[in-house]
Amino acid sequence: MGRYILRRLVIAIPTLIVISFVIYAILAISPIDPLASFGNDPRVPPEVRERIRISLGLDQPWPIRYVKWATSIAQGDLGYSFMSHTPVLGLILQRLPNTLAVVGVAYLVGIAFALPIGMLSAVKRYSIWDNLATTLSFAGFALPTFFTGLLFIIIFSISLKWLPFIYDSNLKVTDLASFGAQLKQSIMPIMVLGFFNTAVLTRYIRSEMLEHLPLDYVRTARSKGLSERVVIIGHVLRNSLIPVVTLIALGVPTVFGGAIVTEQIFRIPGIGEQLVRSVFDGDIPMVAGIVLIFAVLVVLFNLLADVAYAVLDPRIKFS
Amino acid sequence: MATTDVPMLRGTTAVIVRPSRTLWGDAWHSFRRHRLAMAGLVTLTLIVLATLVGPLVWAQPINDIDFAHGLETPSLTHPFGTDNLGQDLLARAMFGGRVSIAVGLTSVLLAITLGTAIGALAGYFGRLDNPLMRLTDLFLSLPVLPLLLVSIFLFRDALRTTLGPEVGVFLMIVGVIAILTWMPVARLVRASFLSLKQKEFVEAARAVGDTDSRIIFKHILPNVLSPVLVAATIGVGGAIITESTLSFLGLGFPPDQPTWGRILFDAKDYLDTSPHWAIIPGLCIFLTVLSINFIGDGLRDALDPRKTS
Repeated sequence: MGRYILRRLVIAIPTLIVISFVIYAILAISPIDPLASFGNDPRVPPEVRERIRISLGLDQPWPIRYVKWATSIAQGDLGYSFMSHTPVLGLILQRLPNTLAVVGVAYLVGIAFALPIGMLSAVKRYSIWDNLATTLSFAGFALPTFFTGLLFIIIFSISLKWLPFIYDSNLKVTDLASFGAQLKQSIMPIMVLGFFNTAVLTRYIRSEMLEHLPLDYVRTARSKGLSERVVIIGHVLRNSLIPVVTLIALGVPTVFGGAIVTEQIFRIPGIGEQLVRSVFDGDIPMVAGIVLIFAVLVVLFNLLADVAYAVLDPRIKFS
Repeated sequence: MATTDVPMLRGTTAVIVRPSRTLWGDAWHSFRRHRLAMAGLVTLTLIVLATLVGPLVWAQPINDIDFAHGLETPSLTHPFGTDNLGQDLLARAMFGGRVSIAVGLTSVLLAITLGTAIGALAGYFGRLDNPLMRLTDLFLSLPVLPLLLVSIFLFRDALRTTLGPEVGVFLMIVGVIAILTWMPVARLVRASFLSLKQKEFVEAARAVGDTDSRIIFKHILPNVLSPVLVAATIGVGGAIITESTLSFLGLGFPPDQPTWGRILFDAKDYLDTSPHWAIIPGLCIFLTVLSINFIGDGLRDALDPRKTS
């Protein structure tokens, strides 16, 4: 088992190297000048700008610059933000917990709703419940996250005045009242992603269970006299969840994309909101750092899914 | 026409004439019984017609500024209301639909061409399988939306100056969406090719001396068409959502070329006074993507060879 995980880790490293190369190449061959923020300043004479360019190593060809960049990243140095003049890594680490909290809780919400809904839907196929669940999950697929967010704001903040629509990042949880406020301001962003996750997961769980229900082992389990509950939960659901894990991993990039949109709508200080802002600021080190972190997260989640798959499915051999 | 001789009483024979059955005829027959898919098809046809013919009938200019009639709620003169510049939202929504749907169709066409090519090569030629599938896995672990944002930001101005503002932005968004979404089709096509190339009919084709390209195009490819068609249908919905997400983040089309996402982006600061402005383009996206997904679901059922009917 340990060796299997180690081998997956070793495969993940070249993937990350290639991804970092792609990111750097896109930035390097683009026509945007990294010194544009200096270039707009008329007080900087051209020869000084040329000297800054040489001192920053920008006169070298970009594959060489990539190697230098990648080496320093491997040592934990993502460079300095053009805008705030502070280390990129520090800014990312400061904001990352917010993003992970939203995405993580949204996944938990999705699983909590999708497990019972998907299971009921599959067991009672074509019933009213199944039709309702199918309609809702189709709606969840077709509603873009930004529209769900705006709809929630129109309904819950503007019409009903129940929830605040701007996330107050300075709020510190010290007592029950501030905890309530934190809860209130987190509900909408989490539900936007949670709704999408529920829709996707319900669909997966339902279709996987439908594949398994007519199989021989289910009939065997029934004919052994096992109760329906044990057959469905202990046998069918357990086996159906194995491929669902892989499907979840494939959906991770979409969910992080949704997180960018959600953070943007509710002004949550996560890395997605920072990415959009840095893109508009032309803050290239920050942009490169955040895209790289997103890539690391996606690869990491895929790795976790692979490991979970191996743990869940005894047919996978760890050789 | 297939005819059957049916022996009748008293020694006469009657001829029962059945219309000949084709794959697509059967598929259409079973598709028609999928109620949600038919509803989707009708809705989508109406939306597409509205975006194509609508601007000719409802000839309101989309970019005329009229502050006296800004932020009006829906009325007879402006059935969808107006935005803060007094521009007619019905005209803008119809025009925006053209762009959104065109982006969806074109980028999916590109993505399935790319995906089918890569999947076919990987599935048919064993030597190419490993490197091409590594490439596919690599693309699958790319953070799609961040990369889209970055590449559009970086290359937007360059393309705008070389190809003009409309064509440049259109080509870039379509291209980038296609480059980042071909992977599922490639996997699908590869898996089908792997199993089909072992089948007897391929062996027979090879035995009579067919070339590789003829086997790929004439014998195997038609058999993978239906899953690709289903994936493509669902993909159009996904591409429309991606395009509107980009526009919503302010990195899509410019404001004088409205798309549904762009209209939402402009509307999001006026949610308290004019929610209709945001709801209309949002509903357009929702209905279009929902119809497309229902059609895809119906197609999946209709083209499934395991179906009983």
